[in-house]
Amino acid sequence: MLITRRAEFSASHVCARPELSSEENRALYGNAANPKGHGHNYTLEVTLSGDPDPATGMIFDLKKLKEIIHRAVVDPMDHRFLNYEVLPFDRVVPTAENLAVEIWNRLSPHFPNGQGARLHNVRLYETEDLYVDYRGGAGASQ
Amino acid sequence: MIHVTRRYRFSASHRLHSSRFSDAENIELYGKCNNPFGHGHDYMLDIGVEGPIDPTTGLAVNVEKLDRLVQESVLMDFDHRNLNEDVHEFASAVPTSENIVAAIEQRLRRRWRSVFAGDWPRLKELRLQETKRNRFELRT
Repeated sequence: MLITRRAEFSASHVCARPELSSEENRALYGNAANPKGHGHNYTLEVTLSGDPDPATGMIFDLKKLKEIIHRAVVDPMDHRFLNYEVLPFDRVVPTAENLAVEIWNRLSPHFPNGQGARLHNVRLYETEDLYVDYRGGAGASQ
Repeated sequence: MIHVTRRYRFSASHRLHSSRFSDAENIELYGKCNNPFGHGHDYMLDIGVEGPIDPTTGLAVNVEKLDRLVQESVLMDFDHRNLNEDVHEFASAVPTSENIVAAIEQRLRRRWRSVFAGDWPRLKELRLQETKRNRFELRT
């Protein structure tokens, strides 16, 4: 069974690589390369998988999940400039893809293998019309 | 692997009518959608693509390139059009949402390699929402 909790945070970012010229960055990232940055209202959906505990009837305590999401993601990222204030985005470009991977990496230690609910999927909406899904594993080099 | 989903919108009219059936059979089969003068929808099209994150760009897909491909291959021909009259696929096929989503897949595939030259990203999923109450999904 899957269970999903939603959270929101607002943050600013610049998508640009320091070794490229501003023209090259604009060609690659479009408006997102504007040097002073811009912001989004990100919506995060964290999905856990597992079987309901026979005693509690719950896959995972949702209050606890909310606390984990807030401690690991929302508190450090909300109303921040990701490139300047949130590691590792001082050296990793804070695309939606890399942000989803970083959120996965921050959450997954809270759900160790073989101990109840597992982290199943991280969905990050950058806008209403664009979201990324990450389920861990390969293809996420930072 | 990262799965990126991008949403697009187009508004179009259509009429569901098949020349293989009688008028009465068409009314029986398609109901209101067989109305001779047609009717329209605000369609929502979700395109899901999958790929690894390119370690240098941090991107699994260049969304601007995807936008341009969808704009040029689909939206330019479909948006604010009468699908039966204006879109060549529906000269012969009935523009049901099933046929529309299949035509969109073919159009995207035809130019995919010229836009995304490497192995990635790959087209994985198309979802076409005709109204709030129905959605058609094609997984490739």
